[in-house]
Amino acid sequence: MDLSAIAFDILAAVMLFAGAAVITARNPVHSVLFLILAFFSGAGLFVLLSAEFLAMLLIVVYVGAVAVLFLFVVMMLDVDFVSLRSGFAQYLPIGLLVAGALLVEMIFVSGAVASSGAAAHAKPIAANAASNIEQIGQVLYTDYVYLFQAAGLVLLVAMIGAITLTLRHKPGVKRQSIADQTARSKKTGMAIIKVVTGKGIEE
Amino acid sequence: MSVGLPAYLAVAACLFTIGVLGIFVNRRNIIIVLMSIELILLAVNINLVAFSAFLHDVTGQIFAMFVLTVAAAEAAVGLAILVTFFRNRGDIAVDHANMMKG
Repeated sequence: MDLSAIAFDILAAVMLFAGAAVITARNPVHSVLFLILAFFSGAGLFVLLSAEFLAMLLIVVYVGAVAVLFLFVVMMLDVDFVSLRSGFAQYLPIGLLVAGALLVEMIFVSGAVASSGAAAHAKPIAANAASNIEQIGQVLYTDYVYLFQAAGLVLLVAMIGAITLTLRHKPGVKRQSIADQTARSKKTGMAIIKVVTGKGIEE
Repeated sequence: MSVGLPAYLAVAACLFTIGVLGIFVNRRNIIIVLMSIELILLAVNINLVAFSAFLHDVTGQIFAMFVLTVAAAEAAVGLAILVTFFRNRGDIAVDHANMMKG
């Protein structure tokens, strides 16, 4: 048993444990932290598969952005999370049934594919090939350049959608309006008021 | 490298199943449901990258990148909807989510 096999076993075990903890933890903050652990272990598996660029992307995008976003939202919402767990035991039997059937099916299919499909008995990418990021760049910016642009559009639409959904205009907040400010004249901006002695003026 | 393709596929299948089970048992807690979807997409990515490595074809990794993009967009919009829903109702029980209709 060489070192990569030991690393695979540890990473896979930690990832599955973290995944199980995500869905069973009582505190949603713990769930998010276990989600981060699962993504770290997944990134480790990617490194074992010589997909270093995707591993780093997983850590930067997921741990750095998405998981922190989850953490912000969980901490921002003042919700009674205990009451939200009320259906846990009720849906557990049917959930286990469906999940068990799904798992058996997928293990059978993946076993069949791995033993007789196109990838049967294949060896992973040799270490002396071109670097991972170089290979990705050569394909991504040539064959998949339109899909790459479309992915950018997806992110733009998601950004605009998230902003329009959560932006709200509070009444009473003063904003700069350049047209109104430059259209001010002596007539609209000034008034002569007679002040009664000892009373002052009201605002 | 001695770890074969079946091991990676089995791990991804287990993670996918955990994600589906999470959606079932935490049906009322929309935050955990979103996290379960992230787990499912991670399992899909592991499958894509494993096949990409064993078939010597980098296309699988390109598609894993696109899956990452869509997952990030989905998390952002999902959490924005969640925040809006919480503002309107004061809790996040999905049983009353139909009040968000136009």
